[in-house]
Amino acid sequence: MTTADLQVIPRGVSLWQDAWTRLRKNKLAMAGLVFLLLITLLCLLTPWLVAYGYEQQDLRLGAVPPSADHWLGTDTFGRDQLTRILYGGRMSLAVGFIATAVALLIGVTYGAIAGYAGGRIDNAMMRLVDMLYALPFMIFIILLMVVFGRNLLLLFLAIGAVEWLTMARIVRGQILSLRQQEFVEAAVSLGLGPVAIVWRHLIPNALGPVIVYTTLTIPNVMLLEALLSFLGLGVQAPAASWGLLISSGVETMEEYPWLLIFPGLTLTLSLFALNFLGDGLRDALDPRTAKD
Amino acid sequence: MALLDVTDLKVHFHTRNGVVPAVDGISFQVEAGKTLAIIGESGSGKSVACYSLVGLIPKPPGRIEDGRALFEGQDLLTLSEAQLRKVRGKGISIIFQDPMTSLNPYMTIGEQLIEPLQLHFSMSRRDAWQKGIKTLEEVGIQNAERRMHAYPFEFSGGMRQRVVIAMALVAEPQLIIADEPTTALDVTVQAQILKLLRDLQQRRNIGVIFISHDLSVVADIADDICVMQHGRFVEQGERMAIFQTPQHEYTRKLLAAVPAAAKRPASYTPEPLITITDLYTQFCGNRGGPAVKALDGISLQINRHEILGLVGESGSGKSTLGRSILRLLQPCSGSIRFDGRELVHLSAAELKPLRRRMQMIFQDPYSSLNPRMTVYDTLAEPLLLHGVVDRKGLDTAVFELMDAVGLARANVLRYPHEFSGGQRQRIAIGRAIGTKPEFIVADEPVSALDVTIQAQILDLLLDLVARFNLSMLFISHDLAVVRYLADRIVVMKAGKLVESGTTHDMFTSPQQSYTQALLAAIPGRVLRDLDDSPL
Repeated sequence: MTTADLQVIPRGVSLWQDAWTRLRKNKLAMAGLVFLLLITLLCLLTPWLVAYGYEQQDLRLGAVPPSADHWLGTDTFGRDQLTRILYGGRMSLAVGFIATAVALLIGVTYGAIAGYAGGRIDNAMMRLVDMLYALPFMIFIILLMVVFGRNLLLLFLAIGAVEWLTMARIVRGQILSLRQQEFVEAAVSLGLGPVAIVWRHLIPNALGPVIVYTTLTIPNVMLLEALLSFLGLGVQAPAASWGLLISSGVETMEEYPWLLIFPGLTLTLSLFALNFLGDGLRDALDPRTAKD
Repeated sequence: MALLDVTDLKVHFHTRNGVVPAVDGISFQVEAGKTLAIIGESGSGKSVACYSLVGLIPKPPGRIEDGRALFEGQDLLTLSEAQLRKVRGKGISIIFQDPMTSLNPYMTIGEQLIEPLQLHFSMSRRDAWQKGIKTLEEVGIQNAERRMHAYPFEFSGGMRQRVVIAMALVAEPQLIIADEPTTALDVTVQAQILKLLRDLQQRRNIGVIFISHDLSVVADIADDICVMQHGRFVEQGERMAIFQTPQHEYTRKLLAAVPAAAKRPASYTPEPLITITDLYTQFCGNRGGPAVKALDGISLQINRHEILGLVGESGSGKSTLGRSILRLLQPCSGSIRFDGRELVHLSAAELKPLRRRMQMIFQDPYSSLNPRMTVYDTLAEPLLLHGVVDRKGLDTAVFELMDAVGLARANVLRYPHEFSGGQRQRIAIGRAIGTKPEFIVADEPVSALDVTIQAQILDLLLDLVARFNLSMLFISHDLAVVRYLADRIVVMKAGKLVESGTTHDMFTSPQQSYTQALLAAIPGRVLRDLDDSPL
């Protein structure tokens, strides 16, 4: 399109639409996205897909390796492994995405405000973050569970409320250095208010590290959930999550290796997909990386 | 026999997107005691050509394809890295552009100076130290003995460049490559450094390759000049021949781009738009240190339809003044009246409608545009914000702005990184004039640009000022540029006004000694003599 007398502009062009166009050209990232969508879909539709219930035991059967009846084998109680992995996926993916979304929301907002305000406000806000860092997080969660009872949604929120600290620091650092650039001064001289400057000019430029850190947070959160479940604060058997399946798989890995291998493989593949998608997103959101 | 004899040098960069011929068959000689200037705009290959001689280009992607470079009887291009290390510093040394980054901030000057001596001559520490002191004295640093123990941050920019020159000289090379050694310096300091280089060269009878983008800088010191474009010499020859009878079109273009005398007729009646009285702005000192007075009682007036040139060296407070007027900085006391309205105490909300009427153009077109916004978004933002047009008329308005600043409409959806420096500055100018302001602060808008581009942008600004009846505060360290477009000039030094007057008066009969010193330091005397212009 090199018409000199161009008169109209193709509508609805934004950074996000541009990013989507670029992302679609990145095969690895798209494979990651498709894989994640597929596994999410499978997990959501599990009750209609599988022949067994997640708590359905067959004690006479015990642990058997993969077979035609049980594609991924069964555990020591004779529960179907595939069913449990899919049910566990619902829990793990939910905790991963919801808790991370909470962390993202709080962290980016908090960090952006601190970074843009600067000076004393920044100082006060960041000291609060330091204090929260020092708070032993286990005690925090146990306290929450004791006061409000064991509630999964609360668990998600609690994990998110802990994970946002690092995000806030990363965003604040980015905003602090971006704020020095002349385009921010230009925006001020155009008459833009602080909200518009942060939202339109600063945050889009800080997205790269945010996305990378997000893809690191999701597995972190999933493992955290496994730890909490192990302590009896999270998911309880017979319900399942990937973290729980893996940690119980570890105990029996010498006798029944498939109990570790399959949940581990699922988690690993999902995290791979997530990382590819994250890298793709980071590149797609930076117009400088795509030259064509 | 020439000190350095380069024939048919070819350096290509093998990148993913194909082969880039950065240097494409150039030949030149440097004689002892003479200066060869290589002139070219950014990307012309002038630095690559010189750095490839001493093996300082990244390989890969760089590759020397062809050529010979005879220096002291050996071909530099065939030497191994170990042999080249012996040449670097001892035979050929380099003065880099930015004295702020070419010295190690964690080492004292002395340690850095004696490093090459101990390396190349295995001198004892004591002898090397003595030699270091002598060299520092030679480049004009006072109290050299004591200063050897100082760290780079304790020197000013000009002094630092002297130290860098001392480092280049200390091992007594026969040839010095000076890569834009004065570009980062103020004009009076530049004049001193140029003189120093000239003196040292004659005293020691060394050859100099002087790389520059600025014809007027080399006009006074070069013996021979090579004009480089797209990796080739389009013209090379003796200095006066180049200036008086330039053969190639590109050379003529470069010569024409050196801003000449004012061509704008001063045809406005003085009617004040902005009146500044007794303005003070200061910055708080670090960690409770003393506050720095950036503006120290400034009073001046900017008339309607006038271009007021604001001149001063770095640290004089000229940018602070521009930003204070637009209230990007909060002044401490004093008054700024814009069209009769006092600005100093207005809140952000009260300022917003006024922001439409006053805009700013920034120095660095690389950081003044949001890298994640297309040209369309950048230009549309102020229009929508101030309700200049509604959504329906937006496309047309954006296109008209692009036409006004000379950007092709087809580029509307591109991002800033896809443009050259000059085009980016056009986008920034378009953003500033979008709201049809009455007053614009232009803070060094052309100092980051190549000379030919600089001339185009200056003409664009002149055109826009006339077309939209703008008033402009044009801030610059470059007197030649200010002279080209300002109606009146004010000179600032250390936060105070030194002198003001019409452009003609300032250049013909400056009253204050500081102004006279500034004018005397403008490089390119030879060029002006050719022009027969009064200066």
